[in-house]
Amino acid sequence: MKKTKLIIAAASVALLLGGGILWASDHADAPNVKGKSTDITDLYVFQGQNTDNMVFVGNVQGLMSPTTTKTASFDENTMIEFKIDNTGDNVEDLVIQCVYKGGKMYIYGPVKPASTGLSSTVVGTASVVVPVTPYTASAPVIATSSTGIKAFAGPRDDPFFFDLDQFHKITGGTATGFNSPGTDTFAGTNVMSVVVEVPKSLLNSTGKLNVWLQTKQKN
Amino acid sequence: MKKNILYTIAGLCAMVFIFSACHKDKRVTTTDPNTGEVFSAPGDQVGRPGIATVFVSAADKDNFNVTIPSVMGAAYQAKFQTQLQAYNGGLYTTNLLGLSAAAFTGVLATDVLNVSTTGPTTYYDGTNVLTGRKLDDDVIDVSLILIFGGPAATSNPTLTSDHVDHNDKAFLTSFPYEASPW
Repeated sequence: MKKTKLIIAAASVALLLGGGILWASDHADAPNVKGKSTDITDLYVFQGQNTDNMVFVGNVQGLMSPTTTKTASFDENTMIEFKIDNTGDNVEDLVIQCVYKGGKMYIYGPVKPASTGLSSTVVGTASVVVPVTPYTASAPVIATSSTGIKAFAGPRDDPFFFDLDQFHKITGGTATGFNSPGTDTFAGTNVMSVVVEVPKSLLNSTGKLNVWLQTKQKN
Repeated sequence: MKKNILYTIAGLCAMVFIFSACHKDKRVTTTDPNTGEVFSAPGDQVGRPGIATVFVSAADKDNFNVTIPSVMGAAYQAKFQTQLQAYNGGLYTTNLLGLSAAAFTGVLATDVLNVSTTGPTTYYDGTNVLTGRKLDDDVIDVSLILIFGGPAATSNPTLTSDHVDHNDKAFLTSFPYEASPW
């Protein structure tokens, strides 16, 4: 019975995810963004080393080999934007906007957006501007604003880990389960990353936030 | 005559001063190269890890990225529930969180990352659930357990962990936390 269930589950997975569709985190998730500077891999939000701070990590352009990473860059035509709802209605009350220009990442906010939704206008002047850390740098370049906002932008190891290859075998019907230990398909690959650490006092939170990450381009 | 020249010079100086002051003002407002720029063509969108790739059908993938979270639940909950049951051969009852198929997919369909600003931030650490996402959270195992593991996390045992429980490089304890590139 158990075996039958497993086979059914595996077959269903194969049915749904067959045809070479990747189950990554959000890597290459949709045709319109795959392989582009707008392709998000992951969003992370966590308490900082200083627990009075919240850290926002937005990663794009995944599955890059070291060779690819050497020439990778952010795109001046693409905004990377953290949306923050602090009232529980899943509509953004604050945004942190990241715009690349002339080798530097300009970080705006957290600030009330000009409008909510998919289209975004850069609000005010940058809270902090950080030079993008070169691939060959021995240490990350970090900038800190007078209000305590820290920023980093540049290539990093992809923090995501998953045995995607074995999952493909399961969905393809050539395996019925994962191996132990598994193999991290994302080992040795990089992403382009923006990390912004913000004092919690700037987030106007009553205890809970809902956060999502968007990319968008100039028309 | 001398006095007139003096007045003229003073006047010119004043004009120069005003112009230079104006010029300075202008420079202050233009030091930011992006202010007011409009980014109106939507690209990608993500809240929780893996949602689009696991629950959204191929035909809906681009649409999901341009559906704002406040209307996602209405647009996608029923579709997600169908997918969840398909994964489980129609046998999904509840999961470790005690959530029915409708309740679980109701949470997932609104694709935002829930974050606590008053306590530990983690996708799941055995105590806290969906209070953020740390770099080292094993979000895949959490997702597999909630999708395949049934009410006690004991169903489909070969599908509830990929047995990759950490990253390939150690994270940093201080900013920017992520490891240097390969």
